[in-house]
Order: sequence, then structure tokens, then C-alpha cells
Amino acid sequence: MSNQHLSPLRVPLVSEPRTLGQLTEEICAPMERSPTWKWWVAFGIAVAVLATGAGIVAYQVGTGIGVWGLNKTIGWAFDITNFVFWVGIGHAGTLISAILFLFRQKWRTSINRAAEAMTLFAVMCAALFPLIHMGRPWLAFWVLPYPNTRGSLWVNFRSPLLWDVFAISTYFTVSAVFWYVGLIPDLATVRDRLKAGVRKAVFKVMSLGWTGSNRTWSRYETVYLLLAGLATPLVLSVHTIVSMDFATSVIPGWHTTIFPPYFVAGAVFSGFAMVLTLMIITRVVLGYEHLITLRHLENMTKVIIVTGGLVSLAYATEFFIAWYSGNPYERFAFMNRAFGPYAWAYWIMVTCNVVSPHLFWFKKIRTSPAAIFVLSLVINVGMWFERFVIIVTSLHRDFLPSSWSMYTPTMVEVGTFIGTFGLFFTLFLLFVRVLPIISIGEVKSVLGFARSTPAHPETPPSTRPAPAQDAPEESSAARHHPPLAIATRKDVPV
Amino acid sequence: MSAPVLIGYFDSEEQVLEATRAAREAGHDLRDVYTPYAVHGLDAAMGLKPSRLTWVCFAAGALGCTLAMSLQLYTSVVSWPLNVGGKPFNSFPAFIPVTFELTVLFAALTTVGAFFVRAKLFPGNKRQALPRVTDDRFAIVIAPGQKPNALESAEALLREHGAVATDLKEVAS
Repeated sequence: MSNQHLSPLRVPLVSEPRTLGQLTEEICAPMERSPTWKWWVAFGIAVAVLATGAGIVAYQVGTGIGVWGLNKTIGWAFDITNFVFWVGIGHAGTLISAILFLFRQKWRTSINRAAEAMTLFAVMCAALFPLIHMGRPWLAFWVLPYPNTRGSLWVNFRSPLLWDVFAISTYFTVSAVFWYVGLIPDLATVRDRLKAGVRKAVFKVMSLGWTGSNRTWSRYETVYLLLAGLATPLVLSVHTIVSMDFATSVIPGWHTTIFPPYFVAGAVFSGFAMVLTLMIITRVVLGYEHLITLRHLENMTKVIIVTGGLVSLAYATEFFIAWYSGNPYERFAFMNRAFGPYAWAYWIMVTCNVVSPHLFWFKKIRTSPAAIFVLSLVINVGMWFERFVIIVTSLHRDFLPSSWSMYTPTMVEVGTFIGTFGLFFTLFLLFVRVLPIISIGEVKSVLGFARSTPAHPETPPSTRPAPAQDAPEESSAARHHPPLAIATRKDVPV
Repeated sequence: MSAPVLIGYFDSEEQVLEATRAAREAGHDLRDVYTPYAVHGLDAAMGLKPSRLTWVCFAAGALGCTLAMSLQLYTSVVSWPLNVGGKPFNSFPAFIPVTFELTVLFAALTTVGAFFVRAKLFPGNKRQALPRVTDDRFAIVIAPGQKPNALESAEALLREHGAVATDLKEVAS
């Protein structure tokens, strides 16, 4: 409970009064009961989509990249589009967990765990595309600089594609570590609730012997802050490097210095839309409306207004510079984008990314989960089209009209893309079942936010009554563990 | 050799902060305080110094930076210089992205590793948490001194600050 003097304008982050015990109970409840039929249906669909995607990828690897719709002019299309799209989705998780942490935004506590999990799953989906598009994915280790028998032929460190390898793998590793470090106290909480068995043993190993000691907490806070400080420039660098895949080339429409900030803004924009999509479903299904409140959703829509504005400004700047540069190729590339054969994709993008976020200026829309859900899907579609437009329209008509061409994806490419959605949702649904999807420890620390007195619930929580006070049975054998021996709950009268 | 320790259980953040401060001022040997979440102000109340892990982070980052730059210079300039599109062998600006990524990677992994070592967190750890401190209880652990009545006075102090229960334990010292 915070002792700060807060303005009366502050509203509690947990909208229902809860005790610490009830909070633990509520957040652990989904992991401790059997999955509902809804979960099974969703999981079944996700796994079916994933299996289809896996089959299609197997067919493509077995047959060759020729099954894709690429041609001599357009050598990059769906694969890199989806790669950039998924990496972008991933960025919101790090933004919520690291950047908002540095800015001391307390409202991040309810959503950071799920958003970071989303980051990991999205980066996994993204990393599949470069791997698949190698054509011979079993040679993927060639991109690593290791002493080899090819005369020690090293990788080309001057290539943006290699920077990508380092950026994505570092991003994934650091995000995973950040997520795990954040999980440790909660894993210990879950461990102490479980009765002896396989799950308890697993959580015991995973929680590394966390005891809640303040000496450890103190170091933990330092480490968390350091990781947040490292992850913040990292997240910006990753999409910067992804944008350099295009910006370091000479293709009109790609050869621009605006790409790094433009891509980062777009990534945050699409990522927040995806976080909203998932959170709106999650809060309803699990009954977490008092933890992931309307205010959380509203704050995220405000971020979307800002980043949507940045993206719109980038679109306008690209056109202005194309005209102002006096470069005929650049001018043509942008006119072709807006009025050429792919104009339909361009205008879908403009409608979804430039027009739709402005609906969030209206408080009615900003505070209606249904409206936010629809708009978040619209923005995701728009951001996918943004990647598609940037990549395909720039490539399909470059300097030489003799090499102009059109691109149509084949079923294999579409199937691979849909398959990654299967992977993403399969992983997310498993995550909801096996780990606490809201950071228990962090929400506990903001429980007293904007409440003058410690919260005393008038009504028991909707899911289950306040936690029973019987302890998980521990062996009564008086084993000595430094620094403390075991005590059973009987020692703590309530 | 074992020594008794006194454990006081509390159910609110404010009480445990006050009790920790009071216990330290009264000159008791504060072993540790156990909390379900990071309580702000408890470090000061316990008199903990700021963690030195920040230096580990900086050193690891500097090491990562140096190694990354050395690797790129060695492979691109010394070991097997390749002419790629007429770019210079020593393309310093082009080496920055990989250098940056590896700086972050080294710093992050080393910091977390150092934290695990320092806090003695490892898989297979046999330590067990006190009852309910990972849920909704705060516990203060005091090792009473050799003075007569130290135990009674410590217990009285904890009770006075609102301990909901106290417990005496023998621990291997």
C-alpha cells in the first residue's frame, strides 16, 4: 500500500477492493482448475491451424521455394512482410514491460506479463520466416560466425540481413530472460500453493528457491531496472535494424532515412493493437475486469492514437520528400503506390492506420471494449498491409520498365502465414493455462494505489471466496534449511 | 551449533516497515524480512546498501562491446577480407549494429547470472519459504542477542507493532 499523497483524480488500478490473499487466489485460479470447453475449442482450432501450417511448410521445404509466388523482379514478398509484421507485434510487449517501467507507469503491472509472453511468441513466429525462406533451413547455422572448414569463410558483417540475425536472436534471448526474471516470485507463489506432485516439483525447480527475502528483492529490483534499461534501446534497435534491410538498398520507396523511426512507431502501433485484442478476450473469459480495467484499455488506446499519428506523419513525409527531392524514380514509386495496380492495398492501409485510430478521440469508443476490439483488429490488418505495400509496391516497378512485374501469393505462402497465427495462439492458450498471466507480486504492490485505507473487501471475489487458511501440507520432518527451518501454517493463527 | 531466531508475522506493508525500523533501532540483529512483493522503503529500514550489480552490468556490456568489435574487425579485415560491393573492409559504421546487440546481450545475461549467484538462486535449491510469505504475510526474522531478556523484548517489540503471530525457531547458524 503506498503512503504517497495522491491526487483525488487518481483512480485505483484494481477497481474492486481485494486483499493480498484474494488476489493470489484469483490470479492462480485459472491454472488450478480444469480447462473449460471454450478453452478446448479455442485450443483445438489453434492446433489445427498450426498443424496445417506445419504441413504446408513441410511441403515447401520438400519441394523448394519455387512453390511461392516470387519471381525475378519480386524476390521478397510474403515472407519478409510477415517477418516484419510479427516482429512489430512483438515490440509492444517490451514497450509495456520495459519502457513503461522506466517511466514509472504503475498501470503496466496488470498487463506486462501477458504482453511479454506475446512478445516471445510473436518473435518465434517472426523468426520462422527467415528460416523457412532459406529454402534449406537445416543450414541455418551458416549465418553464425563460427570458425569453419570453408577456409574460415566468415559471415558478411556489412550486410543488414546479418544485423537482423543478431538483433532478432538478442531480442528473443533478452525478452525471454526479462520475462523469466519477472516470473520467479510468482512461480514461488504458485509453488507454495500446490500440493506435492509433479507440478510442485516443476515449479520448485523453476522458482530457483525463491523465499521472498528482502535482500533478494532488493537485488531483484536492481536487476529488473537494469534489464528494463537494456531492453528499451534494444527494442528500438531491433526494428531500426529490420527497417535497414530496406533502407540500405537503392530501391525507390525504400531508400529513405525515415524508415527506422517510422518502423518503430508502426511496430508499437500494431503491437498495442494486438495486446488489446488478446487482453479484451482474456479479461472477459477469466473474469479479470477488475484487474485489467477499462482504464488500462483506455491508456493503451491513447498510445495507439499517438503512434497512429506518428505513422500517419511518416506516410505524409514520404510523399512530401518524394516530391521535394525532385527524383523522378522516387516520385513515380509513390504515385504508383497510391494509384498503381496495388492501390487497393495502399488505401486499405490508409483507412485502417490513418483514419481508424482517430475514432479513439471519442471517449465512448475509447471505453467500450467491443469497439476497441473491432478497431484493434482493423489496425492489425492495416499494419500488415503497410508492410505489404512498402515491400511489394517498391519492388514490382523499379528503375527498368522491362523488369516490371506483378506478384500474387500462392496458397503455400498464405497457408504459412495463417499457420503462424496457429502457432501464436497455441502458445498463448498454453501460457494462460500453465503460468500466472498477471504479475501477482507487482499487482499486489499497487493494490493500495489511490486508496486512502488498506482495501477491505466488502464482498468476496466473484470467482471463489477468500483463500482458505490451510497451508499446503509440508513434511513435518524437522529438516533444517538455512537460513530458516520450515514452519507449517499452524504457526500462523489468523 | 544452532541458535534460536524469532519470527514475527505481519499482515500489512506499513506495519512491517515500522517494525523493521524499530527492531533495527532497538539494536536487534535483523536476519531478514520476507515479503510477498517488493516493499518500497524496506531497504532503507533494514539498512541495506544499494546493489553493486550495476557495475557487473557495465563491465559485461563493455566486454560484449569489445568482443563484438574485435570479432568483426578480425573476420572482415584480418582473417579473410572479402570485397562485397566495393565496401571497405573496415566498415566501422556497419559494425555498430552487431556491436550494440552483443553489448546488450552480454550485459543482460551476465547481470542476471550474477544476480542468481549472489542471491543463491539455482534449480534444485532446497530452501523453503516461510508459511504464506509468498502469498499475504510479511515476516521479520530476528536473531536475539546474548543479552538477558533479549528474546522477550524483541517479541514485545514485534507485538507492539502489530505482529499477528510470532514464532521461535532453531536454525543452523
